[in-house]
Amino acid sequence: MRIRTAGVVALFALALAASGCGGDSDEPAAKDTPKAAGGKLVIWADDKRTAALKPFAEKFGQENGVSVEVQAVPNEDLQNNFVTVSSQGGGPDVVIGAHDWIGNLVQNGAIDPVQLSDEQKAAFNETAVKAVTFNGQLYGVPYAQENLALIRNTELAPEAPKTIEDLVATGKQLKAQKKVTETLCLQVGQKGDAYHIYPLYSSAGGYLFGTTANGDYDPKDLGVGKPESIAAFKKIAALGEKGEGVLKRSIADTNSTATFTGKKCAFLVSGPWATADVKKAGIKYDVSAVPGFAGGKAAAPFVGVQSFYVAAKGKNKALAQEFVANYVTKPDLAVALYQADPRPPALTAALDQVKSSDPDLAKFIEAGRNGQVLPAIPAMAAIWDPFGKAEAAVIGGADPTSTVTAAGKTIAGSIK
Amino acid sequence: MSTPLSSPGSAQQAPGRGPVRTGSPRTSRTARNHAPITAAGLAAKVILLGLVAGIAIWAAFPLVEAEKWVGLAVLMLTTAALFYLYLGRRHVPAKYLIPGTLFLIAFQVVPVLYTASTAFTNFGDGHRGSKDDAIVAIQSSSVKQVPGSTQYPLSVATKGDPATGALVFLITKPGTDTVSVGDAGGLRPLDPGAATVGPGGKVTAADGYTVLNFGQASARSKDITDLVVPTAGGALRSSGLSRAYEGKAVRAYDAGCDCVKDSDSGKTWTADGEVGAFVAADGERLAQGWKVNVGLSNFTRVLTDERISGPFLGTLIWNFAFAIGSTGGTFILGMLIALALHSPRMRGTNLYRMLLILPYAMPSFAMLLVWRDMFNTDFGLINNLFGLSVDWFGQDWSARAAVILVQLWLGYPYMFLVATGALQAIPRELTEATSVDGASRWQSFRAVTLPLLLVALSPLLISSFAFNFNNFNAIYLTTEGAPFPADNPSNGATDLLITYTYRLAFGGQAAQFGFAAAISLFIFAIVAVVSAVSFRRTRQQEEVYA
Repeated sequence: MRIRTAGVVALFALALAASGCGGDSDEPAAKDTPKAAGGKLVIWADDKRTAALKPFAEKFGQENGVSVEVQAVPNEDLQNNFVTVSSQGGGPDVVIGAHDWIGNLVQNGAIDPVQLSDEQKAAFNETAVKAVTFNGQLYGVPYAQENLALIRNTELAPEAPKTIEDLVATGKQLKAQKKVTETLCLQVGQKGDAYHIYPLYSSAGGYLFGTTANGDYDPKDLGVGKPESIAAFKKIAALGEKGEGVLKRSIADTNSTATFTGKKCAFLVSGPWATADVKKAGIKYDVSAVPGFAGGKAAAPFVGVQSFYVAAKGKNKALAQEFVANYVTKPDLAVALYQADPRPPALTAALDQVKSSDPDLAKFIEAGRNGQVLPAIPAMAAIWDPFGKAEAAVIGGADPTSTVTAAGKTIAGSIK
Repeated sequence: MSTPLSSPGSAQQAPGRGPVRTGSPRTSRTARNHAPITAAGLAAKVILLGLVAGIAIWAAFPLVEAEKWVGLAVLMLTTAALFYLYLGRRHVPAKYLIPGTLFLIAFQVVPVLYTASTAFTNFGDGHRGSKDDAIVAIQSSSVKQVPGSTQYPLSVATKGDPATGALVFLITKPGTDTVSVGDAGGLRPLDPGAATVGPGGKVTAADGYTVLNFGQASARSKDITDLVVPTAGGALRSSGLSRAYEGKAVRAYDAGCDCVKDSDSGKTWTADGEVGAFVAADGERLAQGWKVNVGLSNFTRVLTDERISGPFLGTLIWNFAFAIGSTGGTFILGMLIALALHSPRMRGTNLYRMLLILPYAMPSFAMLLVWRDMFNTDFGLINNLFGLSVDWFGQDWSARAAVILVQLWLGYPYMFLVATGALQAIPRELTEATSVDGASRWQSFRAVTLPLLLVALSPLLISSFAFNFNNFNAIYLTTEGAPFPADNPSNGATDLLITYTYRLAFGGQAAQFGFAAAISLFIFAIVAVVSAVSFRRTRQQEEVYA
């Protein structure tokens, strides 16, 4: 019996110690550093940006007597995790992500608008500000923008093609001379790729959503399945496997850049993220706008913007707003983020700083001059998959009219 | 899944094998009562129960904070029951059963019940939280800057203690030294000279007020965000800790009509409890909705939506073909290799075994992606090696053959391993006896080896079938369901039910967890029926051969 009592006493002591350990641990840590007494700012970013942000976050913390924690979350999980923890009432104070998340984040009540003064807004590239504006409200502070361009191997193709027809002619000539095996590296894959085909689709006259009077995308005016889109897909089909053989399903996200760096094609349609690989392969290259069809509209690549958001359920919203609205809007941080991941900064001053050392940036921005802001409305999520598959089917030789009509129906069916 | 899996085990023990195990309960209990208490046993008990108590106390605080009394009661009852059970000397069988049962409840029963309960709601993007959350989100996202208004440098100050005192905003008119103080009562000018204005326009000190630094201010983040200073055009709110703007919440909730009103356009959206959203007269919905019970509508949608019920049968047949093909194919191949290596005349079996299980040792996740690239029409290894130009994933049957081939490669080492083990457990005397009786090798295999193998491996084959029936990765990482008919992008030739429904539930405008849960209950029912039938047949077989 005595052993039992002793055991029970020991057990409760242990239990209290165990639970005590859990409860106490953060308090003394917070009190040890008087600077941190004020509060804590938690930022979620993907791995690359976390590294670039850390020094600035620490500096912000020291200057203001608060502690700042940057947590790395893999990019593909970031949005989903954020929405999930936010609906449970927790999560970070600041999140960094692509602007086309805004529609979903807003419908889940996960982010708050950011109030910038007119001078602050004027410091940004106009397209970038437009991209983060949703329902007439500014929901994020942009720091970088990106769009597709045509990267060409200047040893094989010294001249930038003015039209797709020029490009095809050059490619065919190179193929005949056995210098390349493919005309154009534009990723399609079995499922298609709406983002990468969009410049051609828009040049051929197609559109995804119409716009409302105030310039927002209108989910009720769906362009897929309309006669314009069928005409556009007919032009794309002419370039496909049963036509010119320029667009192929065998070229996918996994091998498009590698085929270009392996000198098997002279032209690559990709974004700023591809230049690192191209440089590494030692290829002489130049960047120009994705060409459109002769006699068609200018090819419009999607412009995407990376942005800082203030979480609606954050514990320290005032500090988060201070960080996002008044600290992120300074060029230094934008330059550091550019160095971590070379996408053109959205702050004009920051772009000017880095432009001279990286000539590609200006070329990418120039290539995106005709670009359209990637729609951030939630309905856009319904586009990607059916549109891509229609593209893949048409490139594989399916009838454009019935394919695109069916895709339009599927998309319309899943838009609320 | 583990409940049905345990049944063949108990069935095996049922006929005539019991007495040895059970022994005489009375003697064993007396023996236990006299068993000495060892120091190690006591220490283990104390540590484990200490951990239980620690976890319970750690889990109790958040439950109390969230006022989840039911959860707290369950937690306390479970903990008390565990203590009662392990501190006493009685209930020995329960001591062995309870941990497993607890884990079964926590990791099997609760998720299934949660899935089932989710299936009756509209839980998904835009409908995640409560109605109150939606109202807060609608109101706070409608705060707009008053057109033409200025932004002011802001300092947060208090007359009392920085940590607890009532807060005020000290704002400076841009370009001047005019300072005003604002609180919930409104904005009052401060006497000229009473405040010191810093270079950026921010007030650094003011008579009678303590100006909070960022650290102090950020500790009171919520108070600052909540402080709204009414003005003629709207209200002054903070934008961070150093700027204030004049803003106006354009949309406000009115409890009287249970609706949201827009003061700019005059439009109203009335709460609709059935769809969990605010809906205007013209049918327009506000994006921020809330979670509501929708009854059976997710289930009826599965049955009546033509996009789902139309291709359902074809997908189901292919799903069975895929599961049977992958399980059967890997079993036959694995068993044949095991038989070959089991032959006593075989030399170097260890080397072969090592080489054969290599595919099993590689992460299937990566291997699936490698196989996908090998099937590429123009750049893939398979076409290049054999000089083919087959569009593998572009045609129905080649794509189906390709995914089964990949499954075969990934899965046969497992079947090979378990078949080897089962073969070694079959006494050689049995096959020798058949040869004495004059049976051919084939007859002896058919009549003795195979049935005995199947008795041992049937549960594994059934679980392998259930796994392959829902083998999401095998499809999603290779063909992604392709090829798709040109006129139907939502259902492809290699789609399993699970990949197909994943696309329906998450591929559209927003994630629809409620709908996805309803579909997974359907799949659960199919797999459960198939498993139950197969287990019943296995049991009959066992009774014959046991």
